[in-house]
Amino acid sequence: MLRYAARQLLNMAITLFAVSFLVFILNELTPGDVARKILGPYALQDQVDTLTKAMGLDRPVIVRYFEYMRHALVGNFGESIVYRQPVAAVLWDRLSNTLLLTFVSFAVIVPVSILFGVLAGMRERSWLDRSVNVMSSILASIPEFAMGVFLLAVFVVWFGILPGTSPLTTSGGWPLWSQFILPVAVVTLYDAGYLISMIRQSMVEVMRQPFIRTAVLKGMPFRTVVVRHALRNALIAPFTVILLQLNYLVSGLVVVETVFAYPGFGRMMLEAALAKDIAIVEAGTLVAVGVTMFTQLAGDLGYMALDPRIRI
Amino acid sequence: MSDQGLAVSSPVTLPASASIEVVGGTAASSLQGAWRRLSASPIAMAGAAIILFWALAGLLAPWIAPYPPNKMDPTGLAYPYPALAHLLGVDHLGRDLLSRILWGARTVLTVAPLAVMGAAALGTFLGLLSGYRGGFIDMVIMRVGDVLLAFPKIILYLIIIARFGASALNIILVITFTAAPIVARIVRAVTLDVKNRDYVAAARMRGESAFYIMFREILPNTRGPLIVDFFLRLGYTTVAIGVLGFLGIGLPPPDPDWGGMVKEAYGMIFVWPHMTLIPAAAISSLVIGFNLLAMGLKEAVQDG
Repeated sequence: MLRYAARQLLNMAITLFAVSFLVFILNELTPGDVARKILGPYALQDQVDTLTKAMGLDRPVIVRYFEYMRHALVGNFGESIVYRQPVAAVLWDRLSNTLLLTFVSFAVIVPVSILFGVLAGMRERSWLDRSVNVMSSILASIPEFAMGVFLLAVFVVWFGILPGTSPLTTSGGWPLWSQFILPVAVVTLYDAGYLISMIRQSMVEVMRQPFIRTAVLKGMPFRTVVVRHALRNALIAPFTVILLQLNYLVSGLVVVETVFAYPGFGRMMLEAALAKDIAIVEAGTLVAVGVTMFTQLAGDLGYMALDPRIRI
Repeated sequence: MSDQGLAVSSPVTLPASASIEVVGGTAASSLQGAWRRLSASPIAMAGAAIILFWALAGLLAPWIAPYPPNKMDPTGLAYPYPALAHLLGVDHLGRDLLSRILWGARTVLTVAPLAVMGAAALGTFLGLLSGYRGGFIDMVIMRVGDVLLAFPKIILYLIIIARFGASALNIILVITFTAAPIVARIVRAVTLDVKNRDYVAAARMRGESAFYIMFREILPNTRGPLIVDFFLRLGYTTVAIGVLGFLGIGLPPPDPDWGGMVKEAYGMIFVWPHMTLIPAAAISSLVIGFNLLAMGLKEAVQDG
């Protein structure tokens, strides 16, 4: 297991390296753009050239890439041209906001999905299964921005009982906790649908196993069969998928953050990409890809720990 | 984001359980039975009906839309709500919402299928090649796919669209390249499964070319899983196009695009909520249609 983890870490390092190079090339192949972006459209070409030289942007892309990586390795990602701050400061600030929203959402999504997934999967193609299946499929079909707009129209515009924005300050008169309700609701309704169907599928497969039939035939109450025997086995397979929701949440929250003006990582990436704030885009991409790969590794290892049949 | 098929695939080698789920039997002959079961499934037929509705709306938009979709009429803002003159009301610039919704259907139902067909074609080819040839080619194709899949999709869209600009063609290309590795994995899994069957060996024995074997002997086996994936992917792609529009990096204005319409009218939701709610409902219903049909298809193919 240790050797497996070490090999995967090496794999991750290589992928991260490839990703960082790809993003760097994509963004900085035409270095004149960076100086032009900083100086604005009215600067003379001379001035742009001078700044390009002063920033060392006229050197070959490979040289600049390694210099960038050398700084990045010690946590220095350069200066953001939009926020006029070191990238690292903006990045950690926004990332911690998004992680907060991620964990709150995760804490709601997982129990809800397990409950409905198990209820649906314990009797395959029963009416309960059908209705959970269709409902979750429909909910998962509604794009997050549409769901955000629907909930906003009902709870903010119509009833006026929840705040329409979640800037994480109390200046609007809404307590902080109330600002989480709508974003978490949107993410849950959207994401739980997918998890429910994964857990349901796993439950269906477990319920077809002979040991379940044995338990039922020996007269054990159905409830006990489900809770004591099926549930535990049914949660092994979706474990990785459940963990992978974490990395979907970290970057996938961009839509919810935009709908509710939540100061998170995704919105930072959007603003930076639109403003061609390359330093932020590069650092943010590295962080996002890193998060993805770490959750995947955690998923693998946890999965192996859970299922004794799998040994690598 | 929408495409959570991504979540199941991984840039690192995972235990067997985490591999791409390949649904459906591999025998092509079961397709007719699948079609019979499909037409008996109320879920699939409901989905098909919704898709048909929007397809007709988009197809007939030039003839049935009551106004030109980009024609502004400031006087319409005196009463922007649904009324006889404007059945769904007007948007914040006084443009007829019904006309924009109909033309928007035309846009999304052109861009999404093109993108998904691009992904299916490229992914099928790479998957067949990877699975059938194996070895070095397989490794290269899979590694490049891994790197692409390591990106959270929305971040990849952001980087590429912000760099190369928002246009229908760029959106189609981005979706083609991000979805192709997933399709490739599905096709590769089926290919690995069937490439050692007797009929493939027989084809090799009678001297058929690798090209013939890949496309005539192996490809038909991927039909079931690919059809299900195709409709799921149409749903994801519709969401993706909507999300890009909503984030302001979608199809360029003024031509109507449902996600963009939600974004433009979003600031007015406290005053004129219908301007936001109607396009949001339109895109939701279309995605629901795709997903219901995919759900019915999955069951029909599985039962075969």
